[in-house]
Amino acid sequence: MLAAGEPLSLERLQQLFPEEEMPELQEIREVLENIKSDCQSRGLNLKEVASGYCFQIQPQLQPWISRLWEKKPPRYSRALLETLALIAYRQPITRAEIEDIRSVSISSSIFKTLMEREWIRVAGHKEVPGKPALYATTQQFLDYFNLKNLDELPALPDLESAL
Amino acid sequence: MAVEEVVEVNHVVQILIDGKPLTELPHDLYIPPEALEVFLDTFQGPLDLLLYLIKKQNLNILEIPVAEITRQYMKYVELMKTFHLELAAEYLVMAALLTEIKSRLLLPRFPEIEAEEDDPRAELVRRLQEYEQIKIAAENLDKLPQWGRDIFGASIQVSDEEIPRPRPHIHLKDVLQAFYDVMQRAALNKSHVVAKDNLTVHDRMSHVLQKLKTSRTVEFHQLFSIDEGRPGVVVTFIAILELLKQALVDIIQQEPFSPIHVKAVTQ
Repeated sequence: MLAAGEPLSLERLQQLFPEEEMPELQEIREVLENIKSDCQSRGLNLKEVASGYCFQIQPQLQPWISRLWEKKPPRYSRALLETLALIAYRQPITRAEIEDIRSVSISSSIFKTLMEREWIRVAGHKEVPGKPALYATTQQFLDYFNLKNLDELPALPDLESAL
Repeated sequence: MAVEEVVEVNHVVQILIDGKPLTELPHDLYIPPEALEVFLDTFQGPLDLLLYLIKKQNLNILEIPVAEITRQYMKYVELMKTFHLELAAEYLVMAALLTEIKSRLLLPRFPEIEAEEDDPRAELVRRLQEYEQIKIAAENLDKLPQWGRDIFGASIQVSDEEIPRPRPHIHLKDVLQAFYDVMQRAALNKSHVVAKDNLTVHDRMSHVLQKLKTSRTVEFHQLFSIDEGRPGVVVTFIAILELLKQALVDIIQQEPFSPIHVKAVTQ
């Protein structure tokens, strides 16, 4: 996992073994759980994200680690974040539906950016005149936000408390 | 109103207007146009603007004073127009909607009808709530730990030797094969001495370009003179590669294993 430099699923980890020695998926899962508890007090942390398992630097160390790179992290525009949030929470959703809720049209460059980063994908077309594309989020989207699946998204604020 | 002076009195900084200290911000505070323009530009649409107006005055979203809100909304829209901000059509649609709601509320209420009709504001309230919910959700999404900003993966560099090299591009292979063929034929002429000839890549590049000027496309092997022997062939090949690198020539192959052609790039 350290060599791969990207999250590895249980299946891929299994494939690393020659056929005669292949462990069961459950075995691998248990071993990973052990490693995870071993890491508790160390600088590394074993995390499961949508694409699989990977080692991360313990989040508490972020202030020091982020100094390794001079570049400031990207700041995303509100338009992009709101569009992304709508796709994440209401998927599958069409562009027109998104624009309706936000009350403004969305520039194509936002969709282009989200597609380029592979955070959204076209998951089909709505059965209405025009057959508009239906958008959904991808596994890479979950990986980027360090989530295992969509259930781990923060809960939507209540409509009442939004007052 | 102009700031007249800033003084320090008993270690407290004060702003004096006409000699009198300023104790509270005036209600119509002067904001420089550039700042105001930037501020107005940040609104994500009419719902965003309405939410701002409602929140600013601590109004209850369920009981918006439509007439007043419409008035303020129109004031902002006018301001945006004076700044020549690209006013999305949606702003004007909302203005029309607000005005319609306002007039429906002004109509005299008949008891028979009132029972059937919903509060004309209901749909607008629903939309405002729905938008605000997503607005906050988007902010929360941004606050999540993000890869590269808050989360960093751990990895180790693996030495390249053990990793099998990916297969080379077929096109290049064909070029090299063709070169090899030419070299083979050139080797058969080893007896011809090419010493003393100053074979510079640069000269050869002009030579190749010259050949391409007369006949637009030339077959790869035609650029080589076999009687120059191996050194000549090598220099020509390097010249072609250099010309490729500088995008002065192009290499075309119609399909795998078909002859390779070299052509000059027209500007």
